[in-house]
Amino acid sequence: MASILEESGFNPSADLKVVGTNPVKHDGLDKVTGRAKFGADAFLPGMLVGKILRSPHAHAIIKSIDTSKAEALPGVKAVVTRDDFPEKAPGSGPGDMTRNVMAREKALYDGHPVAAIAATSERVAKKALKLIEVEYEILPHVIDPVEAMKPGAPILHDYIRTKGAVENEDAQTNVTERMVTQLGDADAGFEDADIIVERSFDSAPMHQGYIEPQACIADYSEDGQVEVWCCTQAPFVYRDRLSAILDIDCNKINVQQSELGGGFGGKTGFYGEPIAILLSKKASAAVKIVLSRIEVFRGTGPVSGTSYTIKMGCKKDGTITAAQANMVFQSGPYAGSMYFNAPNAMFTRYDIKNVDIVAYEVLSNRQKVASFRAPCVPQIVFGVEGVVDEMARKIKMDPIDFRLKNACEDGHTTIYGDTWGPIGFIETLKQAKASDHYNTPVKPGEGRGISTGFWFNRGGETAASLNLAPDGTVTIAIGTADVAGSRISISMMAAEELGIPVDQVRVKMVDTNSLGFNRVTAGSRTTFSVGMVIVDSARKCIAELRRRAAEAWDVPEDGVIFEDGMVRPASANVGDFEPMSIADICKKTTMSHGAISGHTEMNVTGAGPGFAVNIVDVKVDENTGRTDVTRYTVIQDVGKAIHPQQVEGQIQGGAIQGVGWALNEEYIYGEDGRLQNAGFLDYRMPVASDVPMVDTIMVEVPNPAHPFGLRGVGEVPVVPTMAAVGNAVGDAIGIRPTSLPMSPPKLLAIIEQAKAEGVYKG
Amino acid sequence: MDDLRYEAPDSPDAASSMLAEAGAGGRVFAGGTDVMVQIHAELIDPDVIVDIKKIPGIMSISESGGAYTFGAATAGMVLMAHEGFASTWPGIIDGVALIGSIQVKGRASVGGNVCNASPAADSTPAMIAAGAICNIVGPNGSREAPVEDIVTGPGKTSLAAGEFILSFTMPARAPHSGDAYLRLTPRTEMDIAVVGAGVNLTLDDAGTCTAARVSLGAVAPTPLLVAEAADALIGTKVDEAALAKMGEACSAACNPISDKRGTKEYRIKTASVIAQRAAQIALERAREN
Amino acid sequence: MTKRSHISLSVNGDEYECLCEPDQSLVDVLRNELELTGTKEGCSTGDCGACSIRLDGDLVCSCLVLAVEAEGKEIETIEGMTPKSDELHPLQRHFLEINGLQCGICTPGILVAAKALLEKNPDPTETEIRFWLAGNLCRCTGYDKIIRSVQAAAEEMRKG
Ligand SMILES: Cc1cc2nc3c(=O)[nH]c(=O)nc-3n(C[C@H](O)[C@H](O)[C@H](O)COP(=O)(O)OP(=O)(O)OC[C@H]3O[C@@H](n4cnc5c(N)ncnc54)[C@H](O)[C@@H]3O)c2cc1C
Ligand code: FES
Ligand code: FES
Repeated sequence: MASILEESGFNPSADLKVVGTNPVKHDGLDKVTGRAKFGADAFLPGMLVGKILRSPHAHAIIKSIDTSKAEALPGVKAVVTRDDFPEKAPGSGPGDMTRNVMAREKALYDGHPVAAIAATSERVAKKALKLIEVEYEILPHVIDPVEAMKPGAPILHDYIRTKGAVENEDAQTNVTERMVTQLGDADAGFEDADIIVERSFDSAPMHQGYIEPQACIADYSEDGQVEVWCCTQAPFVYRDRLSAILDIDCNKINVQQSELGGGFGGKTGFYGEPIAILLSKKASAAVKIVLSRIEVFRGTGPVSGTSYTIKMGCKKDGTITAAQANMVFQSGPYAGSMYFNAPNAMFTRYDIKNVDIVAYEVLSNRQKVASFRAPCVPQIVFGVEGVVDEMARKIKMDPIDFRLKNACEDGHTTIYGDTWGPIGFIETLKQAKASDHYNTPVKPGEGRGISTGFWFNRGGETAASLNLAPDGTVTIAIGTADVAGSRISISMMAAEELGIPVDQVRVKMVDTNSLGFNRVTAGSRTTFSVGMVIVDSARKCIAELRRRAAEAWDVPEDGVIFEDGMVRPASANVGDFEPMSIADICKKTTMSHGAISGHTEMNVTGAGPGFAVNIVDVKVDENTGRTDVTRYTVIQDVGKAIHPQQVEGQIQGGAIQGVGWALNEEYIYGEDGRLQNAGFLDYRMPVASDVPMVDTIMVEVPNPAHPFGLRGVGEVPVVPTMAAVGNAVGDAIGIRPTSLPMSPPKLLAIIEQAKAEGVYKG
Repeated sequence: MDDLRYEAPDSPDAASSMLAEAGAGGRVFAGGTDVMVQIHAELIDPDVIVDIKKIPGIMSISESGGAYTFGAATAGMVLMAHEGFASTWPGIIDGVALIGSIQVKGRASVGGNVCNASPAADSTPAMIAAGAICNIVGPNGSREAPVEDIVTGPGKTSLAAGEFILSFTMPARAPHSGDAYLRLTPRTEMDIAVVGAGVNLTLDDAGTCTAARVSLGAVAPTPLLVAEAADALIGTKVDEAALAKMGEACSAACNPISDKRGTKEYRIKTASVIAQRAAQIALERAREN
Repeated sequence: MTKRSHISLSVNGDEYECLCEPDQSLVDVLRNELELTGTKEGCSTGDCGACSIRLDGDLVCSCLVLAVEAEGKEIETIEGMTPKSDELHPLQRHFLEINGLQCGICTPGILVAAKALLEKNPDPTETEIRFWLAGNLCRCTGYDKIIRSVQAAAEEMRKG
């Protein structure tokens, strides 16, 4: 049987019965009754409370840590510091990881863990933290990455040398890498241009803002077996990395994921888990660590803040001839911002022949960056789409027509070397142009913005099992996380393939002992990849069902077909047999032949790229600079919406996250390098009354590599959002903002500038 | 933290003697929406929490001869639901309605808002503009003080050891008078004022302003009562010119800091805008009254 | 050792007793002493609304209430929304049907808050729903389907 990677079996005219409907998700009921168990919702007998002591300094040598007074406090069962972690070479993957979990030589940001306590109660643990004496030698710190690049800036690590440096290769630096991405001849492209626009932009880091703080329980038994319960997007990655930094074999660490209260990329790397394991080992009892919201802001990953310049040129007819970018990405105190996504995605969707991009990843005394939907791309698209809009305006071309003029077609070969199959970018633009929103005049005093975005979508290593129970119902074991409804979509694909109602399928996220390696749930890969693996597993089951029917009927296997959930004779010639359902065969043969199950593991390929267009209307208060988003429409190519409601939810959620990032969300530091807004009140994520409904138009240009034509849908929605809001604000006030977030004080200053320059629209 | 005690006395005297005894370690606890956050963030570490909500009358609203008195611990949602009070003092309701969420207002009180002494408190400027009087009890008996005399600095009040506010008394509403409070925040809700402005004004039959009080929040270490701003309105028809002049007086009175919630320059500029908008709403209400 | 206080309280009509620290929040006691984990804790500072409960009928953040204050009080949590497990509250049903939840961590708080709204105002406008729920953060949905779920439940409940 051919692998699903070779033969997806995609049939554009298939009569789908389950895929494309909106059944209630199976995990929903427990979530509306309060029974669902999230990270902090589990308890073990004798469980202790773990608490973390964090550095109040942005940059300091840790000279000594005295825990003796804390240890002497009744109720304290274990104390962990850097000394309890195995040494891993600085600058190596595990070396950085272990140091971010627990500061070693130096504390590198406000909130960097320096010690931890396990105690019989929260109160005792908190008291014990106060008894730990840490001697710091405070060093000068640097928060802003552009400052961190300058000669004489405080150096975070003496061993860093810029990878790809063109000068001073041997100098100490905070620049981890200089990456160049080129296509064609940018200089020549600009010479061909009639119009060139060049602008500088910057963006503040934002936080993923999941409502569930990180929580875990670790239980280290005397025989060295470790059980970990936690909320994570990546149970297998956690296990493997825990193994790497704690020197425990993978088979001795079993990670069971809980329900996940939001992640958006922020729960792809661990924080409290290794600490809880070491505390548990020392205390000989289970230890639970639940981060407070303050700790979430101070101690976990925001997205990368940036500073960059975009230059683009086009001809009078709208053809973009060249694009150039110079970008700085902040990464926190260690490398790993995923900034490499930006050069590959920022212009991709436009067919530009000449491109020249230089990108730097820079360390500074901030929280270590973690991924967030389409890591490092939306904040750059904010600039790219601003420049694209400006070019369109300069040549007086409709912004959608301008983008259509340059849109990639099927078969495009990208800057990163992939050649695409069928894509839906042009279709999304066309549908945007035809949309009610675009064809409704902008209200007086408001502004409208258009923008577009692209995301690769991913596949990757995936393993799952599909089991037929003796009664013919189906259970599925997966090792990926369900960040917002993948279980129901997986159930639906299995049901479709097996020709049974979706209610006969149940999906469970199993522990890491139960399956082979599964890559992190991120990059819009899960529903796509697990879907592939599960359909493949279902096909294996179908083959076995046919075999068993053939045996029962005593006919050759190819005389038996599987259709609409029934095994039947391929033709009247085979014989007159009563068709059998899955349940019939399972009931008859499970005890004699053993259970029927399909299991597949593979590195899934064939993810189809995704595109979205946003149309946004805003109203900006002329006298205060406050912006209200009044109307929002997203047009996105989703390939095939397995569960349209879930897809819409992804799109709407992404759009509103982008609105927050566009208007208010940012990390604010004081002169002392301390984070000043480590709470929801001052971090300012959108609340329900801040935003409008988000209308969606789902374009379905199927991805033929997937049996049902699916593309990932989770990342694309965020990519164009801040750019769309930015373009709308620019339309409303006459000057396009270049700095994120577009908070009221910044916009009021721009309004005043626009008035002074006589370009204010209002 | 070791000996934290929770007390819920049922008389003002018992409460004030507990507070007096506890000294700096005592903490009045009304709705707790500030106190709980401060304990969580380890900003305060009280020895005794004195929950005043069991004191008779401290959670209720009464009226006599057009003058309202309400208990200092009355929850925001209760004030908002009181039709008589809400229609008489819509500006105070504007301020109260802006405090946190419905959930927060299910507990948060005006007494707590005033005594927490945040420069950005939303009901305080509205109360000051309205001319509200605090009825204070303490170890040495009771006294009265206007709200503007309570806050002396961020987190600091003029209340002596053992003193707390039992209730607020509002003056009787004059005919053709109205009040309003407005604030500027980046978000619509769940945000702390970058600038707040409370305006209470009275018109004569011809529509000329005969009395006014203008109060600003979040632009100085304490909420301000800006006499110059009121003077700019008194004797005028509260027309555009008068409003502009009042706005200027507001900006001139500002003495803000730059912080995570807004820059100094931004606050000064927008104080005028917000005060003018609040005055316009107050004017409309006065005309309807 | 601090002296712990004994409290007795009613949660969803059931009597509970427990010992708590004087500064312990009600959400902490509900979750960690009574193990009623349906009420979530997203911030402990009143900002997210995940801990929304009813305290003698008032909608409050249980992270901003001292457990000792709950002595003798009636508390209603998400666990009390479905008296019989086979009969969901219309809000619960519409949240499921319209997909008013993604990850679901905000859902208990939002359901408790929305129920309080509909008791007070059976026919709220979209704007009224949005402002009532402004104290309940949701990062997944963008609120669209939450608002629609509340609207649908309100409509059904009005029809009785
Ligand atoms: C999420 C959230 C959002 C918020 N948003 C806002 C907002 O938008 N605007 C705003 O202004 N505030 C806001 N607040 C702050 C707070 O809710 C208000 O200040 C509230 O009015 C405090 O009232 P309380 O009864 O809860 O006070 P408590 O917390 O009980 O007390 C506050 C302070 O006042 C003292 N105190 C209380 N009552 C008295 C009294 N009668 N006499 C003497 N001292 C007393 C207490 O000792 C304490 O120091 C917010 C709080 C939260 C948690
Ligand atoms: S936990 Fe109470 S509001 Fe967030
Ligand atoms: S559904 Fe995840 S936070 Fe609301």
